[in-house]
Amino acid sequence: MKFSFTDEQLMLKDSVEGFLTEHSDSPAVRAAMSSTSGIDERLWQKICTDMYWQAILVPEEFGGLGLGLLEVVIVLEQMGRFLTPVPFFAGVQSALALRTLVEKPLAQTMLADLAQGQLVAFAHTAARPHWDAQGVEVVATEAPNGWVLDGEARFIASGNSADALLVVAQIDNNLGLFRVAPSQSGVTLSKMPTMDQTRPMGMLGLSGAVVSGADCLSTDWEDHLESVLALSRVLVGAEQVGCAQASLDQSVAYVGERVQFGRTIASYQAIKHKAADMMLKVESARSLLYYAACVGDEALMETVTSHDLREAAAMLASSAGDAAFFCAGTGIQLHGGVGITEEYDIQLYFKRARSMEAYLGRPDEQRELLAAMLLDGDDCHAA
Amino acid sequence: MQLRFTEADEKFRGQVSDWLSDNLSGDFAVIRHRGGPGDEHVYVEERKAWEGRLAEGGWTCIGWPEAWGGKDATIEQQVIFNEEYARAGGPGRVGHIGETLTGPTLLAFGSELQKQRYLPGIRAGKELWCQGYSEPGAGSDLSAVRTRAVLDENTQTWRITGQKVWTSLAHESDFVFVLARTDLAEKGHKGLGFFLVPMNQPGVTIRPITQLTGTAEFNEVFFDDAVCGSDDIVGEPGQGWKIAMGLLGFERGVSTLGQQMLFQTELDEIIRIARENGAGKNPAIRQRIAEAHIGLRTLRYNSLRMLSGGDDGSLNREAMIYKLCWSSWHRNLGKLAMDVLGPEAEILEAAPYSLGRLQSLFLFTRADTIYGGTNQIQRNIIAERALGMPREPRGES
Repeated sequence: MKFSFTDEQLMLKDSVEGFLTEHSDSPAVRAAMSSTSGIDERLWQKICTDMYWQAILVPEEFGGLGLGLLEVVIVLEQMGRFLTPVPFFAGVQSALALRTLVEKPLAQTMLADLAQGQLVAFAHTAARPHWDAQGVEVVATEAPNGWVLDGEARFIASGNSADALLVVAQIDNNLGLFRVAPSQSGVTLSKMPTMDQTRPMGMLGLSGAVVSGADCLSTDWEDHLESVLALSRVLVGAEQVGCAQASLDQSVAYVGERVQFGRTIASYQAIKHKAADMMLKVESARSLLYYAACVGDEALMETVTSHDLREAAAMLASSAGDAAFFCAGTGIQLHGGVGITEEYDIQLYFKRARSMEAYLGRPDEQRELLAAMLLDGDDCHAA
Repeated sequence: MQLRFTEADEKFRGQVSDWLSDNLSGDFAVIRHRGGPGDEHVYVEERKAWEGRLAEGGWTCIGWPEAWGGKDATIEQQVIFNEEYARAGGPGRVGHIGETLTGPTLLAFGSELQKQRYLPGIRAGKELWCQGYSEPGAGSDLSAVRTRAVLDENTQTWRITGQKVWTSLAHESDFVFVLARTDLAEKGHKGLGFFLVPMNQPGVTIRPITQLTGTAEFNEVFFDDAVCGSDDIVGEPGQGWKIAMGLLGFERGVSTLGQQMLFQTELDEIIRIARENGAGKNPAIRQRIAEAHIGLRTLRYNSLRMLSGGDDGSLNREAMIYKLCWSSWHRNLGKLAMDVLGPEAEILEAAPYSLGRLQSLFLFTRADTIYGGTNQIQRNIIAERALGMPREPRGES
């Protein structure tokens, strides 16, 4: 038992932190927010060529680094902290989906493309209101020349800038997974206008879009969707912990400078206790994050059950979702009047916390999932 | 990061659990799951005898050096012992103050003579210790202690006068360690000494404090010219604060996983009741049960981070939040238990005032967020030490 980072992981953390401190400051984030794509494209190019983070989860035989979810979590925690507007999350999510089909030549090609920096986005749901299989609205119909896809998907992370899409679709009593090119006929891909502008989302309309049989990755993917979503929740949890940490740090810095009644407001116990509560939530969520990442890595090696993964992901989503929203919301309060201005960054974290806690299921929905495990099953509560 | 224990550690776990299941039986079966916090007043004689049995098996003081009868057990082994002890329903340890506080303090700061005099009795489970820190006027502000110790040059003894409070198991203990002022001209952290004092003497009077549970596990202890030897001060006069604070750092969280196992049995009981009486269908209760489950698992991973040395660069922040986390969690659990029980929560096991386990939990957990540093003090510590915010202004003492 050694529940702490290895030297290599600590080096990765330091390197990500140093790189993003230099290249992903507030002006850079704000410039990307107002751009068409919502992405800091120059920074993403630099990451793909100099840092190679996009290849972390790609197996070595396909040109990747063959590292695990913990390493991804280390990067994403820092990206959440800096609100770094790059499509790293989208690539990892697609890599997770492709790793379920790693014996397929097309999946191997796409993994190799991911390692080279191609942007593959994962389009699985319309989220009306469900994020799981029930929310899949795209329907695939078998045709003589392959498949015909119809329907809509929304909340596609970085989807508006994708070079290629992985689309989940309903087929008879199951789900299929297809590669779709944004440029092909019958496909419309656009950016969703969203309240949080630090995490661009795409939406996809499919109307009689024809994909060849070769672009059908799977016709039996329903079980995999659940595990990819659970792993995606771990990724989101990492961003949430980073977002919560930054909200705390920026608030502590602000109250340490703001003087009222002749002393810094940081010296008031009412302020200190709020900050202490924020740290408690950040560190608690961080403990669950590293646990869930360990479980996720074991899930990728198939040494834990899907029940354990779903449980870990749900616990993290509840804890980290609440932590990020609490810290950002309390952060605005600690900033006082300037907290609601456009000028200060705490509002960006507040919006980001809101969008992330809803993405893939609100904290209360995750708790209901856990309650069902604890209260409704036949077996008496697996501890 | 590695969540799992090594094969060697798992083998050690097997030895512990085998020994406990062999020994926690017969006469000792009655004390299984008893004597924990809020229940410390029960089966004291049996639990004292149990300390002897543990000692014979080599299971007291396993973290101590072999030279003093320990096993030099690693942090992992100590954690495993505590986990298995809790899993087996091992009773609340009447020897725990001696083993986890007095012993390590003497090993770090004690004289050779003090080690020889006191460590064997603790290791053998024969000499029990209690803690003399808090006073009526020195709670959160421990440095305000007024109990005084004066060296009598003629008899070569320290004479101790004052009052301590919240002393668990005082009436069962053989010795108490006392933080007392040696230099009456000094205030605060200065001029304090750390003394080893026999309880069984005319100058020591014990008065139990009846709690809201109707039971008494805390006591007031009055020192009226109580005596200990001139060599029963640990360190020098004036070093008392350093030693007292060092003592609080020795436990290192090895018992936290065992504590969490007790918590798990409480949560399991509440879940069982919720499944049976229909409370588990109420959406609000479902949310709270899920929160309790998440909270307990959070404690576990906080502990594992803390025990792994926290070299993730986070300044041991997980250790600083631990008390606030568990105490708040446990107090909420007590209220959850009442809400799950519904009307039945109010009905006593027996008149005149015999409480059920969950009623005790509900009432006694109100103490959790107070003793060992209140939640408010914990928040000050987090804000000041972890977040670097300004210290609270001090008044005149």
